[in-house]
Amino acid sequence: MVNDIICFEHVTKSFGKRTILQDLNFSVKQGEFITVLGTSGSGKTTTLKMINGLETADGGRISVEGNNLANCDLVKLRRHIGYVIQSIGLFPHMTIAQNISVTPKLLKWDQKRIDQTVNELLTEVGLDPAVYREQMPNQLSGGQQQRVGVARALATNPPILLLDEPFSALDAITRQSLQKDIKALHEKMPDKTFFFVTHDINEALYLGDRVMVVNHGQIEQFASPKQVVDHPASEFVSQLLATVRQNRALWEDLK
Amino acid sequence: MLEQIIKYFENSAGEYCLYLGQHLELCFISLTAAILIGLPLGYLGSKNAYLAKICQTFSQLLRIVPSLAVIFILIPIIGTGMLPAILALVFLGLAPIVTNTIVGINEIPNSIKEVGLSLGMNEWQLFKQVIVPLALPYWLNGVKLALIEIFASATLAAYIGAGGLGTLIFTGLSLYRMDYVIVGGFSVALISFVIMVGFDLLIRKVKQNG
Amino acid sequence: MIAYWNSHYVQMIQLMVEHGQMVLSALLIALSLAIVIVFFFVQKNNWLNGLTYFFSMLYSIPSYALFALLMPITGLNKTSAIIVLTIYCEYILLRSFITGIKNVDPQYVEAGRGLGMTSRQIFFKVQLPLALPSLFSGMQLALGSTMAIATIASTISAGGLGDLLFAGLQTNNVIPIIWGTILEVVLALFWIMVLQFAKNLLESDEVKK
Repeated sequence: MVNDIICFEHVTKSFGKRTILQDLNFSVKQGEFITVLGTSGSGKTTTLKMINGLETADGGRISVEGNNLANCDLVKLRRHIGYVIQSIGLFPHMTIAQNISVTPKLLKWDQKRIDQTVNELLTEVGLDPAVYREQMPNQLSGGQQQRVGVARALATNPPILLLDEPFSALDAITRQSLQKDIKALHEKMPDKTFFFVTHDINEALYLGDRVMVVNHGQIEQFASPKQVVDHPASEFVSQLLATVRQNRALWEDLK
Repeated sequence: MLEQIIKYFENSAGEYCLYLGQHLELCFISLTAAILIGLPLGYLGSKNAYLAKICQTFSQLLRIVPSLAVIFILIPIIGTGMLPAILALVFLGLAPIVTNTIVGINEIPNSIKEVGLSLGMNEWQLFKQVIVPLALPYWLNGVKLALIEIFASATLAAYIGAGGLGTLIFTGLSLYRMDYVIVGGFSVALISFVIMVGFDLLIRKVKQNG
Repeated sequence: MIAYWNSHYVQMIQLMVEHGQMVLSALLIALSLAIVIVFFFVQKNNWLNGLTYFFSMLYSIPSYALFALLMPITGLNKTSAIIVLTIYCEYILLRSFITGIKNVDPQYVEAGRGLGMTSRQIFFKVQLPLALPSLFSGMQLALGSTMAIATIASTISAGGLGDLLFAGLQTNNVIPIIWGTILEVVLALFWIMVLQFAKNLLESDEVKK
């Protein structure tokens, strides 16, 4: 159990009368790239937001890095967890450099260290610091903004990175190049745990070391992409896979 | 007509400056008070939907109540002069400040607040670094509307003995002295333009920086 | 309160009618003007924005000053009052009308063009009807504020419910001030509801079509 960086035990959650999660159990090892796949309303985003305490559980126990979330300082915890969201994640009133340095400033790093980190991170995500540092978010394309989002999430070198459908608002070509880059990024930092929520089955299978398929607040299957494809655990998983097969069939037909 | 106006300024520059000074003083005090009350009230309103609803209904109602009535209604109770004028003006200026503060804060998408929290901001840091800068253009717009309303109603305060540029118009109308009416009316119109254009430029600048 | 009503109701109702006439004439003039302006400039965005800004400048002039400035030109009478009120209505109407027109889905305009309508037909058969709800909201808003502003017309001897407020001020009596306010609010709410009724009627008519 030492390696379990994220652990959910019997977690339940409902908004009013609507049950979102019923008895959720899973654990994630340090360094894994987890993709969470589900339709909208399946509870996947809620699960992600519970890891950094933006949503709290009604029942059960969540622990992150061995700390029980119910009795730990959430503000401190969040500075250890990177977070990338779908669209308007960047603060519109701050430059790119300011956006990336939000958490370092909260941690009172000195300016030299902050500047250096910003430059390194921008280079890391494929943006030239000399060009982009002082630009405003609305001057960047969607794909570039999302690259900055990833850089910002990595600013304090956090052990965990949460990504909530980060690429779903982008066009197919931009999305593909970002998917490649995020996979390469994770290979470069094998100690970091990535928790990536998506509704795109191709993305989930391509990126994940393990894929968690969620439906109606329950885990249908949590296994490696190969296992999911070879041995779908439920009717729902098979249906998801059928869409991939259908596309492939169409592809073959056209060729 | 032009001669008469020039003559007025030659003879009564001191009087004019007195009225102008009174007018600006009246506006400054009332606006400051309206901001000091309106800002916290608006912030509370953004947190509490019930309070927000009350403020909204109240300011909608105030739109159709004549400002003249608001200014006059206190006279039989506390007499004439600066104090009833200031009370009435603060009251009139509150509505735009409160409603725009509420709208400004509520317009900020929830996801932006969540990002702030997940980057490790506490409530105060979130307020200072995210909510205030993003709500600022709305809030400034509220202050602009409040100032225009206060400035306009302050001209009416001449009727309750609070002085100001309205006195010129009021005297001019009753003595049928066109030079007074023109000087007073034109000054008031000009200052209103300056207020509006000035605030519009300021808001544009704030938006560009943000 | 009641005693004051009993002894003055004829005069008060007279003032209320005057007040209503002033505001409604201003609103009707402003409405026709707004339709004409938007009709002629609907394709020219710069002109529309410029005109709206022009009227917003006029709108920001305190009404008391505007009444005063018009007085040497048009005199101490109802005409001056109606001109001033029209100016205030105009800005509100233009703003809401233009927003309404801009919010009309361009698809409908395209569809109209595709069906072979002229731009005039598109304006009257597509854009105007679809922008009507926002035009009506603008009219309600304009009506409410001009009802309030019209009390100031009393200072240039144009009559209306402002006379009651000044009567109260001069006799240091709060009762006419309160009556003036109540009657003004009642009058404003009544016409706002009439407009709401007309708007609902139009909308249910649209649904039937």
